[in-house]
Amino acid sequence: MEFGFTTAAYVVAAVLFILSLGGLSGQESAKRAVWYGIVGMALAVLATLMGPGSGLWLLSVLLVAGGGVIGTYVAQRVKMTEMPQLVAAMHSLVGLAAVFVGYNAHLELGNVLSMGEDARHALEGFAAVLAHKTPVELSILRVELFLGVFIGAVTFTGSVIAFGKLAGKVTSKAEKLPGGHMLNASAAALSVICLIWYFNTGGFLPLFLMTLAALFIGYHLIMGIGGADMPVVVSMLNSYSGWAAAAIGFSLGNDLLIVTGALVGSSGAILSYIMCKAMNRSFVSVILGGFGNTAGPAMEIAGEQVAIDADGVAAALNDADSVIIIPGYGMAVAQAQQSVAELTRKLRAAGKQVRFAIHPVAGRLPGHMNVLLAEAKVPYDIVLEMDEINEDFPSTDVAIVIGSNDIVNPAAQEDPNSPIAGMPVLECWKAKQVFVSKRGQGTGYSGIENPLFYKENTRMFYGDAKASLDSLLPLIN
Amino acid sequence: MKIGAPKEVFEGEARVAMTPDSAQQLQKLGYDCVIEAGAGAAAGFSDAAYVAAGVEVVKTAAALWKAADIVAKVRPPSEAEAKRLTKGQTLISFFYPGQNEKLMELAKDKGANVIAMDMVPRISRAQKMDALSSMANIAGYRAVIEAGNNFGRFFTGQVTAAGKVPPAKVLVVGAGVAGLAAIGTSTSLGAITYAFDVRPEVAEQIESMGAEFVYLDFAEAAQDGAATGGYAAPSSPEFREAQLKKFRELAPDMDIVITTALIPGRPAPKLWTKDMVEMMKPGSVIVDLAAERGGNCDLTVPDEKIVTPNGVTVVGYTDFPSRMAAQASTLYSNNIRHMMTDLTPAKDGKVNHNMEDDVIRGATATYDGAITFPPPPPKIQAIAAAKPKEKPKELTVQEKRAQEVALFKKQTRSQVTLLVIGAALLLGVGLVAPASFMQHFIVFVLSVFVGFQVIWNVSHSLHTPLMAVTNAISSIIILGALMQIGSGSFIVIVLASLSIFMAGINIFGGFLVTRRMLAMFQKS
Repeated sequence: MEFGFTTAAYVVAAVLFILSLGGLSGQESAKRAVWYGIVGMALAVLATLMGPGSGLWLLSVLLVAGGGVIGTYVAQRVKMTEMPQLVAAMHSLVGLAAVFVGYNAHLELGNVLSMGEDARHALEGFAAVLAHKTPVELSILRVELFLGVFIGAVTFTGSVIAFGKLAGKVTSKAEKLPGGHMLNASAAALSVICLIWYFNTGGFLPLFLMTLAALFIGYHLIMGIGGADMPVVVSMLNSYSGWAAAAIGFSLGNDLLIVTGALVGSSGAILSYIMCKAMNRSFVSVILGGFGNTAGPAMEIAGEQVAIDADGVAAALNDADSVIIIPGYGMAVAQAQQSVAELTRKLRAAGKQVRFAIHPVAGRLPGHMNVLLAEAKVPYDIVLEMDEINEDFPSTDVAIVIGSNDIVNPAAQEDPNSPIAGMPVLECWKAKQVFVSKRGQGTGYSGIENPLFYKENTRMFYGDAKASLDSLLPLIN
Repeated sequence: MKIGAPKEVFEGEARVAMTPDSAQQLQKLGYDCVIEAGAGAAAGFSDAAYVAAGVEVVKTAAALWKAADIVAKVRPPSEAEAKRLTKGQTLISFFYPGQNEKLMELAKDKGANVIAMDMVPRISRAQKMDALSSMANIAGYRAVIEAGNNFGRFFTGQVTAAGKVPPAKVLVVGAGVAGLAAIGTSTSLGAITYAFDVRPEVAEQIESMGAEFVYLDFAEAAQDGAATGGYAAPSSPEFREAQLKKFRELAPDMDIVITTALIPGRPAPKLWTKDMVEMMKPGSVIVDLAAERGGNCDLTVPDEKIVTPNGVTVVGYTDFPSRMAAQASTLYSNNIRHMMTDLTPAKDGKVNHNMEDDVIRGATATYDGAITFPPPPPKIQAIAAAKPKEKPKELTVQEKRAQEVALFKKQTRSQVTLLVIGAALLLGVGLVAPASFMQHFIVFVLSVFVGFQVIWNVSHSLHTPLMAVTNAISSIIILGALMQIGSGSFIVIVLASLSIFMAGINIFGGFLVTRRMLAMFQKS
């Protein structure tokens, strides 16, 4: 096959990828859009196998098939509550692949440069591309390759740690080695020195040293970030995996890699931006970990947390006309989404208006709550975003908070000294009555007292979310 | 220990301090309950109902006072009752220790501990035992009902076949608990309701109940409700003048006026003067909830309903809660029950009179043979100080336009700056980089651009599928590995194979899990 065909296939694949992402603007069009992505990917792989790939294609097909079996198995077995872990794990694979491909490019480059003039002409595939480069192009190539490996390595360890934190295998607290960000900074400085070194010599040692430094940065950076900031971290890693692909694309001279990498990179960047905005924090402050210093003493909270039992909640729900449910990470932890959905069905069957209010950073992954509710067969048209529903709270009879804390904290609006002051929150306290399903009296992830729990119209429904809801269900008529 | 409730001796008092329901709750705290025969009859609770709830019924008041360790009452005890108090006995009732010095002395001499329900501090924690509020709530409701009873027209406006009926206009003066209850009742009956209060911070509460707040155009430092424990304080003569002027304006239009203005420890302020009453239409009704303290209206006669020469009815009853004895008894006995809960932290049926507790200390008038009134100020502020509110200024058309233009200019400026910087950077790169690099670079920049445009449109609810699908797509790195696997070097083949394998997992895993997720999204 000649090269023109491959390029044409790449263009089609790129268009399909763009359509596939664009289709995600609506639930129905998304179901079609995912097929565009699949076809695009198939086309790209086939075209590469036939065109510039060459050699060992049987092995390649076998490897893809082998990976495919595992991928399929995982995709079918994974629980929806485990989505954040899965996404993080998949990021780490992309990162590692990027590192390997970068190393290969380096090795090939070494081989090609050491060959004689005649041997070069006989080359095929990627090596042939390398053989035709001018010295300036070679220098640029080194920088691109270096960047690709660097980003890939950070993505790899970062994602592995993120996976561990999300899966509960690594402590979800923010932990740093002594030295803190100085360690990261010196590792980064080391990488820059290696870059200059590598740029001038093209030796293997600087590349290897840099890889170690990058692996360390990925590990240490993500270790220093706490569990509730994971939505930002995962989107950031998503973005990195894209940029790594793009950088590798540059070094291989492959436009499809560049296009796709850029698409993925910008997608992750936008997601991180949305998440940061939803927490009213700058990207840097999230990544560097921890909350900013408070400006003064926190506002004193008057009142007490008043507990209520299932009978009381049921009575209020039976009387209510409109109900808004605010799920959070606690719902996912307690695996309570099926009970929530059952409650929703019962209430809706009784002719009540039931809606869900989703804060952008609820859960551990952007859009995580939506997926959990969808899995439990809650129709998506009653699941609303914060901006869509915040104004409706004053006209709502009952708001039920299930396993969320900071995203419903009125201190964000009322207390200018609060660490989360200015963060957009769901104004559930404006509803006539608020029930908070919560395990105990402790504070949330951020350790900030939540005045919501002390409000006059708030009742605390203590206990495991799933057990509480299940005890509630038979009482709803 | 035993809790007992005697029959109220005050003439016409129908309430009772213990209901069968509250008795059951008290028994859960470990107390035995006892009641005087017929105590609940006027409020609709028969002796049989008490017996069914496990309450011992005793024949006479004397027997009850003797049997009970704790006596719960509604009205302050009469002198005869107070003489029955014994050492160590606890009395819980309205007591008004500020006005009942003699009674307090008597209780002290008897060695009884008196908890005055009217002295419960106004802090959030104590709201559940705030009997003044629960009684005021009933009074506010009843005031509207009483007004309706004496008012010859509908509250709500109607258009009937027989003709149009205008809605009644109701003015509520004083938006405390009673005032707010009156506002709520009046608006839900359909009347157009106006409300006034000297504390501007309650405007929001008034409006939330559906009434219109009557604003005074008066530049005086606003009263801070926090300084007076949430109650109103006397106002300056100038302010009073402005207030009366406003009322005179309103008087001819109002059909019903309900006054609830009280200042703690003072006679009720005169707010609805004789000339205002004379300005009102015949058939109008004034209900004066402050009648017991002299009344807000000049013409009020306490405990009586009068009709003025121009046909305005002035209701001066002072026993509104007692007129709704069943409801009032239920709420009051609940207040008592909550007080007992706080007095019995161990739930063992023993009173633990903890004088360190803000609420218990505040409500105690005599304790252990000593007078403990007045209490020290509570450690917790009654209500948070109102923050001065800045009203957003109404913008004129020109100002709005200017703002829009400024915003547009700012956006243009930032966009142009970004473009210029971007272009300069691109040109800078172009100067040094070779053409082959620039080709790829242009593709890169354009793709980032397309990516940004496309992703902004992605629905928030699909962010997880978006991440999964971008994950699958980013496995495009497989192309690099596929191109390299053909190389001769062994290590390259190994690394490339690994990459292909991992990317393979990702492609299938990513796309399939996306499909699985998307299939779950269903419309109702």
